[in-house]
Amino acid sequence: MPNFIDRRLNPKDKSLSNRQRFLRRARVELKRVINEKISTEKITDVDAGHAISLPVSGTSEPSFSPDRGTGRREYVLPGNREFVLGDRLPKPGVGGGAGAGKGGAADLELEDDFRFVLSREEVLDLFFEDLELPDMVKSSLKEAIAFKPRRAGFTTAGAPTNINVGRSMRNSFGRRIALRRPKQADLDAIADEVALLEAEAKPSPASLEHLAELRRELEVLQRRRKLVAYIDPVDIRFNRFEPMPVPNANAVMFCLMDVSGSMGEREKDLAKRFFVLLHLFLKRRYERIDIVFIRHTHQAHEVDEETFFHSTQSGGTVVSTALEEMRRIIEDRYPSRDWNIYAAQASDGDNLTGDSENCVNLLNNELMKLCQYYAYVEILDERESAIFRSTDNGTSLWRSYRLVGTNWRNFQMTRIAKPGDIYPVFHQLFAKQPKTAKSG
Amino acid sequence: MNKRADTSNLLFQSSEWNFNTLYRTYDAIKEIALDELGLDVYPNQLEIISSEQMLDAYSSNGMPLIYRHWSFGKHFVYEEHHYRKGHRGLAYELVINSNPCITYLMEENTMSMQTLVTAHAAFGHNHFFKNNYLFKQWTDADAILNYMEFAKGYIARCEEKYGLAAVEPIIDAAHALMEQAVFRYNRPPRNSPMKERARVRDRLEYEERAFSDLWRTLPQRKADEDPSEIERDLSERKKTLNLPEENLLYFIEKNSIILEPWQREILRIVRVVAQYFYPQRQTKVMNEGCATFVHYTIMNMMFDKGQLSEGNLLEMLHSHSNVVFQPGFDDPRFSGLNPYALGFAMMQDIERICTEPTAEDRDWFPEFAGNGDWRGTLLDAWANHRDESFILQYLSPALIRKFRLFALEDETKENHYKVSSIHNERGYERIRSTLARSYDIGVNQPNIQVVDVDFRGNRHLHLQHTVRDGIVLDEHARTATLRHVRRLWGYDVSLVGVEAGSEKILYETSSSKLAE
Repeated sequence: MPNFIDRRLNPKDKSLSNRQRFLRRARVELKRVINEKISTEKITDVDAGHAISLPVSGTSEPSFSPDRGTGRREYVLPGNREFVLGDRLPKPGVGGGAGAGKGGAADLELEDDFRFVLSREEVLDLFFEDLELPDMVKSSLKEAIAFKPRRAGFTTAGAPTNINVGRSMRNSFGRRIALRRPKQADLDAIADEVALLEAEAKPSPASLEHLAELRRELEVLQRRRKLVAYIDPVDIRFNRFEPMPVPNANAVMFCLMDVSGSMGEREKDLAKRFFVLLHLFLKRRYERIDIVFIRHTHQAHEVDEETFFHSTQSGGTVVSTALEEMRRIIEDRYPSRDWNIYAAQASDGDNLTGDSENCVNLLNNELMKLCQYYAYVEILDERESAIFRSTDNGTSLWRSYRLVGTNWRNFQMTRIAKPGDIYPVFHQLFAKQPKTAKSG
Repeated sequence: MNKRADTSNLLFQSSEWNFNTLYRTYDAIKEIALDELGLDVYPNQLEIISSEQMLDAYSSNGMPLIYRHWSFGKHFVYEEHHYRKGHRGLAYELVINSNPCITYLMEENTMSMQTLVTAHAAFGHNHFFKNNYLFKQWTDADAILNYMEFAKGYIARCEEKYGLAAVEPIIDAAHALMEQAVFRYNRPPRNSPMKERARVRDRLEYEERAFSDLWRTLPQRKADEDPSEIERDLSERKKTLNLPEENLLYFIEKNSIILEPWQREILRIVRVVAQYFYPQRQTKVMNEGCATFVHYTIMNMMFDKGQLSEGNLLEMLHSHSNVVFQPGFDDPRFSGLNPYALGFAMMQDIERICTEPTAEDRDWFPEFAGNGDWRGTLLDAWANHRDESFILQYLSPALIRKFRLFALEDETKENHYKVSSIHNERGYERIRSTLARSYDIGVNQPNIQVVDVDFRGNRHLHLQHTVRDGIVLDEHARTATLRHVRRLWGYDVSLVGVEAGSEKILYETSSSKLAE
């Protein structure tokens, strides 16, 4: 007797722990690849699954293997058409040939082309690594969209608890009519008549015949009743539920950045991480997020992401132009009653003398009323950070923004010199009660 | 053809499978396989799995369970990526050389495919596993699953006790030597897992019991002792070490001074796994050929009995011909000789020679040409050969012509390949022996042996690579592997490449010269 076993329901992912071990092993390399991705890819794509191409170093499995470029070999190959003994065939290129190099070529491909896909979880783990986020925040950021079951029509299969009685009875009724299921009343009527005839003391031959006929009829009807059930499995309908994403309001995220010459690659990379983090946070809470990129020198423009991160502009620095632009865009496209507005500003703190006051006015009087949250990071040189970190001193922009910060609880600012410094500016967003009530 | 109209014998009609049709079909296949082909198989256990589970099985060497190691994870992500991208499909089945013989069937298969695959794996491969001399000699089908369970548990316990960081490098190093971790000539001793566990336990217990602090206080051996005695000790030691030794991992496991008992046990586990797979690597052509021949014969017989419909048979033939497809060397799809194609063609050829031999066949195969008993001839070939000897004995000129085989000489220094023989009278013998040689693992794998250990001095381990045909080792991999050997041995290790025949030293390298 053969032994068939259905293993399909056994747990899969038997390889999961080995996969994790491998990722741990390749961690340094992966980290580099992910960081590269973060700086080149769109903010919204950072937490998608990534195809990773990995060089073999660190994860190679060496063994004593023959060097393909040495020695004398003889191969047997199929499909000879024109060769005769002693023919000489030129070798194509170096170190490989039609048949000869084939095995080698396949192996090489295997090693060079070691590509695989990291899941969203794994990518975020690597991204979070040096952001120094609290664990709770990490796990809440990784949360996928919430689903809620919603009624969506009927189905023929389901759990008994979901039986839709009305629908099932309607089907049953229709089927009973179509198949002409005898009614109980008809049966009773005939049964009564039979009983009546049977009760007759001296039945006439005619009534005897009638009685026999009635009995036959009764029997037919009873059999029919048995065959055409009152409720048949085909009648049953179940309520169908469909998982629907929990509806969320819309959010718009403004990314403001100073792109004057003083912002170098390092500064931009830090700024990007800052924007990505805010985006991840918003993604968790809102179904639809628009991102608006505003860059500024002495004048501000709305640009696309590519331009935002990758092209520089020369000119002075007037921060208030960016705020003006933001206000204009809000008025144009994002009325604050329909949109949750979040803003993230990154700068190295330079500003035209006297303009910082304009910024404070703009923020205090207009923007902060519209915004859910406003985060400002000032990107410092590693060397400066030690000096400025704890003091209130600093650039004029910093000093002016301090004033805003005291007025508005949803205004957060911090100075950063490395990725680990970014988190505090979002601290309040991720606090247990994420209500960002306006003060004041 | 008119008997086709009668559908009463059909085992199944729809392409969907269910367990009833599986049972029914299994019984029909079994009847043909045992009674008409005379196969002899282990009891079968067929397991239905999903594609994810198949991927899991791929990455664990096809074993249902294996110890944990990152390299399996690496293979997994690699396979998964290619599967998801559609670069390659998954196998329809996977079969494990164990008793009972476990066959995995993919749930996506149609009923026709399940039939094909059952005949192929549960009878073809199964028969081969049970009867081929290599498997009989080198693997223990009864014990392997229990052993793997023991191995997995043992390594997991080691990780708990000594930490992953301590266990992983040992497995890394052992894996690097896997090619050199098999006995090729003498038979490994058999141990049941129960005995295995008891052995480990006893040894540890003994060590704990025998521990005595007093040993530490024994006086050291005097340096000026009689040198001839030391010399004698040494040669005696060498004799007991049984040098030269081809199984590096075995040698290190038994003789390394720095290894802890649990580390030795891990080496042993890796060694046992390598040994278990050794016969499979030597019988690829025969194993697949045997299974393909069996499924092909069985499905035709089933069709003749009216158990399969024409549609079913065509579906099976379609995938059968995909499997035995052999593109020419200049075809973009060419990736070496297809073992299925070669094996199947040779088995069919043997059947032909037994039943309808030509004059040429009678010349080449006087022992069995025209004997009419193709079943017996094949059963005998399956039982007593590996790829190399099988090809050497049974590859017929007719088949060489059919495949249009030719031999190509490749001398690295030259700018040309040379056609050394083609499918003609002068070339048959040479093609046959060259092809056979290319399936000989002993020739293709670098031959590296332990030749000497300097136990008197710095405990230097001397390895020797016998270089054949001027093929040396890939230098990068050689360095990395040598580092692994050093890690296991604990002292310097040197590797010398000696040309076979002339004893000329081609290269010499030592771990002392490698940067760590």
